[in-house]
Amino acid sequence: MDNSSGVLPVEQVKKSFYQESTNKYTGIGAWLLTKDHKRIGLMYMYAIISFFVVGAIIGLLMRLELLSPGGKLFSAQTYNSLFTLHGVIMIFLFIIPGIPAIFGNFFLPIQIGARDVAFPRLNLLSWYVYITGAILALTSLFLPGGPIDTGWTFYIPYSVRSGTNVSLALFAAFVLGFSSILTGINFVTTVHRLRGKGMTFFKMPLFVWATYATAWIQIIATPVIAITILLVIIERAFGVGIFDPALGGDPILFQHLFWIYSHPAVYIMILPAMGVVSEIIPTFSRRTIFGYKQIAYSSLAIAFIGYLVWGHHMFSSGQSDLSNMIFSLLTFLVALPSGVKIFNWVATMYKGSIDPQPPFLWVMSFIVLFSIGGLTGLVLGSLATDIHLTDTYFVVAHFHYVMFGGTGTIFIAAMHYWFPKMFGKMYNIKCANVAVVLYFIGFNMLYFPKFIMGYMGMPRRYYNYLPMYTPYQRISTYGSWILVGTIFFIIGYFVYAYYRGKKATSNPWGGVTLEWHIQSPPIMENFETLPVITHDPYDFSQLKEMKNE
Amino acid sequence: MSDHENVLDHKVHRDDVGAKMGMWLFLFTEVLLFGGMFLIYAVYRYQYPEQFHIAAMELNTNIGTLNTIILLTSSLTVALSIAALQKGNKLLSMIMLGTTIVLAVLFLVNKFFEWSTKFAHGIYPGSSILTSKPNGQILFFGLYYVMTGLHAIHVIIGMVILAFMLNFIKRNKVTTDNYVKLENSGLYWHLVDLIWIFLFPLFYLIQ
Repeated sequence: MDNSSGVLPVEQVKKSFYQESTNKYTGIGAWLLTKDHKRIGLMYMYAIISFFVVGAIIGLLMRLELLSPGGKLFSAQTYNSLFTLHGVIMIFLFIIPGIPAIFGNFFLPIQIGARDVAFPRLNLLSWYVYITGAILALTSLFLPGGPIDTGWTFYIPYSVRSGTNVSLALFAAFVLGFSSILTGINFVTTVHRLRGKGMTFFKMPLFVWATYATAWIQIIATPVIAITILLVIIERAFGVGIFDPALGGDPILFQHLFWIYSHPAVYIMILPAMGVVSEIIPTFSRRTIFGYKQIAYSSLAIAFIGYLVWGHHMFSSGQSDLSNMIFSLLTFLVALPSGVKIFNWVATMYKGSIDPQPPFLWVMSFIVLFSIGGLTGLVLGSLATDIHLTDTYFVVAHFHYVMFGGTGTIFIAAMHYWFPKMFGKMYNIKCANVAVVLYFIGFNMLYFPKFIMGYMGMPRRYYNYLPMYTPYQRISTYGSWILVGTIFFIIGYFVYAYYRGKKATSNPWGGVTLEWHIQSPPIMENFETLPVITHDPYDFSQLKEMKNE
Repeated sequence: MSDHENVLDHKVHRDDVGAKMGMWLFLFTEVLLFGGMFLIYAVYRYQYPEQFHIAAMELNTNIGTLNTIILLTSSLTVALSIAALQKGNKLLSMIMLGTTIVLAVLFLVNKFFEWSTKFAHGIYPGSSILTSKPNGQILFFGLYYVMTGLHAIHVIIGMVILAFMLNFIKRNKVTTDNYVKLENSGLYWHLVDLIWIFLFPLFYLIQ
């Protein structure tokens, strides 16, 4: 083993989970039929990152179309399909399952001191259901009828009348929802039943708290979209009157039901990311988290209030003024628990001994991007300004700052944080530092001009635009090149590290949650003997004992 | 070591409390799934009270009542099947489970005749008779077909699950001291019953 680099050698006490199969198969069968939560997490990872790349390339093509006015690259119809696919793939295949299915699967059982999730077989089934849904979604692109062109919101009545493969794509979303529900049930039961000895609820790491809150939203909200989607499919297939106004139905009712799920769904997307932030900041500040209980409770508060604000997507759809005002008020209330988190994170860093490693830098760029996204959300939550800005690029910019700048950035941060633990290899720190800077520049170039264009009146989902927007659209497209280039760069150095990287120690960052107490990569069933938890989750006085171990 | 510690340490791969917790969570999602439709029903009933009233008169309350009795009885037999197995009476448990499946078939047969009569009268989605009716009635029958249809699909899934349980009991995979699978299947069956208890008054009785 090459030890000249200063990276400590790792004593491989036992075979890692890569070298031991949970079943009688070896090779690919050991993966495809595994019940090990770590292997399932990794299988999710490969699938989800592939879809993310597809979604990003579609986004890149859309930006290319908008490089100059005139719409020469794609027809309007193709552009409609592109933005729909970009939305469907990014939301249902990447960002909803992203952090919980990969890092939740891999680290939730380890962090609570368990050997696996409560239902390992169901966990594998969830993966297959996810893949089935993904295949159905991709099949709908190539069948006669053409790719779906309704936008990812599937609004009635167009989604009943469109001749494209709406039913199949909707069914794919239904199947993916099923996978999401099963994972949620699994995680809630795991947290209740399999916490290790001494691991009380308030000794759980905050990532577990966040994933737990997310799992509840998955259970509570997803069935509503499932039935709504199913009804649209039935309406298309049999001409049953439910939502179609031609048959007496109410299209606004569809919007209500759609957002009853889809608004909580944005918290399914962001809460696990907030959990990851609460892991990374203490580790690199060498300081216990400020306001542990408040962060834990604020996750639950977000989960709860987030369920009651769906109407803010419908301010201009003709619901009553009273509903608008109530929904607007409730929307402002969600900002409170989110603000609690941001302030607690910043307070954690105060007087800490900060070690600016890549995961920490990614979290810093998250705090900036997510704050911009959050504050512009308040602009959209106020009734008067929303009327001016609704359905413009402003909404697109806000959404991407929150979702991509928030969850997407943290997804990459989590990769940087846990990569050494998952694969036992270390990536090139310098490359990672360069990537953060490029990412931050590319991101802001791509999305910030959209705030300005939105304010000037540029509507979203248009394949063409007036010449007055040209400079902003240009900057945005150049930004997309930098951003997507950086993403490929990141994937590149991770793949390089996977094959050629230096061996990582079992605790390269000096973290103290349970995953840093075990070897990298972990052994089958995680622990040789189950740990007994005596410390608080972010008690860094443990570090000394850990070094002596 | 206590039972729960053995579960934690993977010395036994069985956790009855956990299994039941998972099942209850799943049933919760089922309630929400139907809850979405009950919400739609409530909105449209509020919007078109008279037309819902007129349309509901077309439904046959007798068949609905008969089916309610059948399903309630089947809930009883499935509960008895669990009780019998707990007491170690394998044969009685299997008989009760078999009775439950027969009752479920009876329910579906009734449903079939009920639907086909409606079809014969020309009341089905997209028919010229139905589409010529006022909007409220179209919506009523749309909801009627979708909600009872989705419920019928749940009855069929429940039958398949119970048939598996029958087989498991026969092959001693579900036994007098390991019956959590049967209990969970029973819970599912009670849910199917429960949903019908709400569907029945909403479509057949409120007129």
